[in-house]
Amino acid sequence: MIEFEAPVIDWAVLMPVLVVLAAGVVGVLIEAFVPDRGRRPTQIVLTLAALVASLVSVVLLWGRVATEGYAFVVNGTFLLTPFTLGIQAVVAVLAILGVLVIADRTRTGEDAFAPTAAAVPGTTYEDAAREAGLQQTEVYPLVLFATGGMLLFPATDNLIVLFIALEVLSLPLYVLCATARRRRLLSQEAAFKYFLLGSFASAIMLFGIALVYGFAGTVSLEGALYVLTHPQSQVLELMPALVIAGVLLITVGLLFKIGAAPFHTWVPDVYQGAPTPITGFMAACVKAAAIGALVRVVFTLAAGLDEPLRRDLEVGLWAVAILTMLVGTVAAVVQTDIKRMLAYSSIAHGGFLAVAFVGFSETGAQAVLFYVLAYGLATLGAFAIVTLVREQDADGVVLGEATHLSQWAGLARRSPWLAAAFALFLLSMAGIPLTAGFIAKFGVFSAAVVAGAWPLAVLGVLASAVAVFFYVRLIVLMLLTRPAEDAQETEHPAGDGVAADGTGGPEAKEEAPAGEGATRTLAAARSTLSRASVVVVASRGPATVAIVLCAVGVVLLGVVPQVALDWAAQAATFRPLQP
Amino acid sequence: MTMSTFPWLTALVVWPLVAALATVLTGAGRGRPASGPAAGGGAFSAGAARTVALVGALVEVALLVGAFAAFDTSTAGTHQLTETYPWIPALGASYAVGVDGVSLLLVALSVGLVPLVILAAWHEQGGDHVRLRRYLATVLVLLSFMVVVFTARDVFLFYVVFEAMLIPAYFLIGGFGQGAQRRYAAVKFLLFSLAGGLVMLVAVVALYLQVPVDPATGLRPQDAFLTESVTGLPLDPTAERLMFCAFFLAFAIKAPMFPVHTWLPDVTQNATPGTSTLLICVLDKVGTFGMLTLCLPLFPEASRWAAPAIIVLAVISILYGAILAIGQTDVLRLIGYTSVSHFGFIILGIFTFTSLGISGASFMMLNHGISTGALFLVAGFAIARHPRRSQQIADYGGMRKVAPVLGGTFLVAGLSALALPGLATFVSEIMVFLGAFARWPAPVLVAVPAVVLAAVYVLLTYQRMFTGAVGADVAGAKDLDGREKTVAGVLVAALVVLGLMPGPALDYVREPAGVSVEHVGETDPEPVLGALEGSEQ
Repeated sequence: MIEFEAPVIDWAVLMPVLVVLAAGVVGVLIEAFVPDRGRRPTQIVLTLAALVASLVSVVLLWGRVATEGYAFVVNGTFLLTPFTLGIQAVVAVLAILGVLVIADRTRTGEDAFAPTAAAVPGTTYEDAAREAGLQQTEVYPLVLFATGGMLLFPATDNLIVLFIALEVLSLPLYVLCATARRRRLLSQEAAFKYFLLGSFASAIMLFGIALVYGFAGTVSLEGALYVLTHPQSQVLELMPALVIAGVLLITVGLLFKIGAAPFHTWVPDVYQGAPTPITGFMAACVKAAAIGALVRVVFTLAAGLDEPLRRDLEVGLWAVAILTMLVGTVAAVVQTDIKRMLAYSSIAHGGFLAVAFVGFSETGAQAVLFYVLAYGLATLGAFAIVTLVREQDADGVVLGEATHLSQWAGLARRSPWLAAAFALFLLSMAGIPLTAGFIAKFGVFSAAVVAGAWPLAVLGVLASAVAVFFYVRLIVLMLLTRPAEDAQETEHPAGDGVAADGTGGPEAKEEAPAGEGATRTLAAARSTLSRASVVVVASRGPATVAIVLCAVGVVLLGVVPQVALDWAAQAATFRPLQP
Repeated sequence: MTMSTFPWLTALVVWPLVAALATVLTGAGRGRPASGPAAGGGAFSAGAARTVALVGALVEVALLVGAFAAFDTSTAGTHQLTETYPWIPALGASYAVGVDGVSLLLVALSVGLVPLVILAAWHEQGGDHVRLRRYLATVLVLLSFMVVVFTARDVFLFYVVFEAMLIPAYFLIGGFGQGAQRRYAAVKFLLFSLAGGLVMLVAVVALYLQVPVDPATGLRPQDAFLTESVTGLPLDPTAERLMFCAFFLAFAIKAPMFPVHTWLPDVTQNATPGTSTLLICVLDKVGTFGMLTLCLPLFPEASRWAAPAIIVLAVISILYGAILAIGQTDVLRLIGYTSVSHFGFIILGIFTFTSLGISGASFMMLNHGISTGALFLVAGFAIARHPRRSQQIADYGGMRKVAPVLGGTFLVAGLSALALPGLATFVSEIMVFLGAFARWPAPVLVAVPAVVLAAVYVLLTYQRMFTGAVGADVAGAKDLDGREKTVAGVLVAALVVLGLMPGPALDYVREPAGVSVEHVGETDPEPVLGALEGSEQ
């Protein structure tokens, strides 16, 4: 008789992920049982509490993992290394800030989400839902599930779990992308694109996992590594192509999530269409988690590959880094929509991050950790500010976000502090000294130079110079240009990047003020649009807190980065495990 | 706390920031309407804000006097008034400041010019007091950065400020300029500077990696970026040359030197004269200062290797800048091109590797700042008298008759620019020529005609603007008022004093020059004049 032996599970190690996923489940129950009025506050408190608890458990686990080197649960289905904990900490911090922005309803009393996201835009059903004052609170459990996936993503040795984590983080995001209150068609289009392309990427990754399994007979990354480094079986000599193709496909799946070229095409459309708080959350957290997973997979494999294969992998990463930096910066220069510009800038940052991979060194891992934190703070802050700059019609009714760049002209006159904070975030993204971005770039390029890849570093700095151009152009627009003066100056011929203009009737109708309940005619809405002025709506608090925290973080990491650098250095003691 | 232990340099760095904050806050809460150029916080606060800025700048001058008093000229070649604190130990960066003779003079130039620029800008920005307040605050922030960059004894600190400085400078050009193309000029300036600066960043990283690892900890020392730590490292020749090129490119763009000077005339044409003064007379000195204090000691072998090419480029700058200056129709653009020529002289002097040439170049950094500053500011006074604020030389004429003091000060500043004996620039130019002749006779002979060209561009401009028939637009122009006379008078007096009595100032540059020659591993050649004198005897 075979005796079933229950696996010994070290629950403490699972805490950072479990607490978030469990809170997500509770959140779903809250939707079912808590009365309408109390639902939103309950959800917000629960979400924030869960994320803070997750962060606290990461901190508590830190001491233990730092001394033991790693923590291993159920044969590697869950694997905590100091680096993983570092990524989890970054994701948790950014997610807390992201949720603050998501929770803000601004003084208009509306959050960024449609009352009934499933309704076909422009139908009476939608109007009815709006008039009934329905509100969307499912976003909070969805955000929690996505965050849980992100926390798990870099924390596993098992490729199947890696895939599951990818799906757990992706599926809620597909839904969240479709829930924008305004520009509904654009939002749904974005979600559909993201879903289709994301499914392809998942399938490709799964196929890669299958190939690696076919080669090594195991879905454990460390196991595959073991087979690689101990070539006793003849299979290995017969089919080295299997593992190469497998690794390549897995890497493609991860690069897709990061938005690295040539797998970046979904980024601008999705970032533009998704509700802006979700865009910020995605841009900051998903990138951190996916980069963490990529470091985990690529660094582990690089340690086991033969020199020629390793060099091939490195050359591939060179190509991806160069292409991504190039595509991101060059395309960002010609954008006229602020969300699309930030999207391309986010692609470019993926390229800078890829630079740190060259050499697969601890310096590189350290640079990656600091970079995702610095970039995440600036990006979250920037998108949070985008949510507050709105259009306003002649009657003073606040409409959707003013995303055309020309509408940002002279923002400093309306709201100097907001403009200053945005300028700070842009300068940090540009890597200007005394901001977090500079120290981050310094680390990344150091890693490249250490690895002898100074041409890549030079290309990187030149791409940074191009990036500075469009960041600073926006700063000038906000701080130094008068609104009227600029109207002719930045108005480009329509077409590039302003997909919103092309979506026609329902789109324009969507711009009608939701709270009024009045369905305007198309013509009236159009004329309103053309006369819309720009207004900065006051936050009800949470978004302001998030912006202030991001700004403080950007400055502190730029001026006194020592603490964060020490922490990143400890976390980056990355070493492959030999089972 | 005694004179020499007081943190003079940190005080010089921090005080302008305090003054900038005070300037911005003065009258800030005074119900400022959101639009309209004349909307300021009322006449009272506008006057108050600029007065606050001026007083702040004068207090800074007082602090400078204290620093001078604490400085010992007998050891001008070593860093004094030093302060060192760890800043980012993980990256080997420290907050380390200190001055030798040359850097003290350049700090003095920065600190001395700022009150004059503030005075000159008294009625600028089209009467928009809010803009003026912001302009003056930006100038003060820039001053703080300039003090750090000239006193930094840590390569990382130097680099950080070298780059961070671009942001206030960018706003000064693009935000507060008066030309129609100011944004274009500002973007060009920023992209040129950043392209150079970012390439330098790679070299800064590479330099850090050359610092040997401490075998006990496996890490690089926490003060790895101190200039002492990175000087005299055993470098691989190829790496050293590459790093030298990266540093030199950044400094040559900043300086600016042919062929990377093209941003400069656009900037001077579109910025206000006060901004140009700060940018060309002080900020660009960071380029030549960097060549002298970083390129030479850090990469001595590469400096010697590159010197012939640099000398050729410097000579081209000298001639090309002068020739292009002659052809200009815009007076501010013209002054910009003369600076290209003068920076050529400074670079020529540095790469002579003789104490005479380097002393001359160091002294010239100071003189050029004063004489070009005088030209910019006085030309700005002339432009302010034109009803359309035209910068075209052809729109003026005969102003000497209606505004004699204006004409006179412009002439003195111009004569200093053409190195007339008795004025400051003459001394330094002759030192550069003599120093260079001892080592590179042929290029010097090629460069000598530039002296004649300088006479052409200065005197021709003076002739067109200030002599002859009085131009219709400027017939009713008034002469300089008390404020403008103060600005012009201080600068002219400095030119005359330094020209007649260069000795005290040279005490500050002589010893550092010797140290630089030593760093680069050369010895002074036989003095040419001394040899001549000997043969006569």
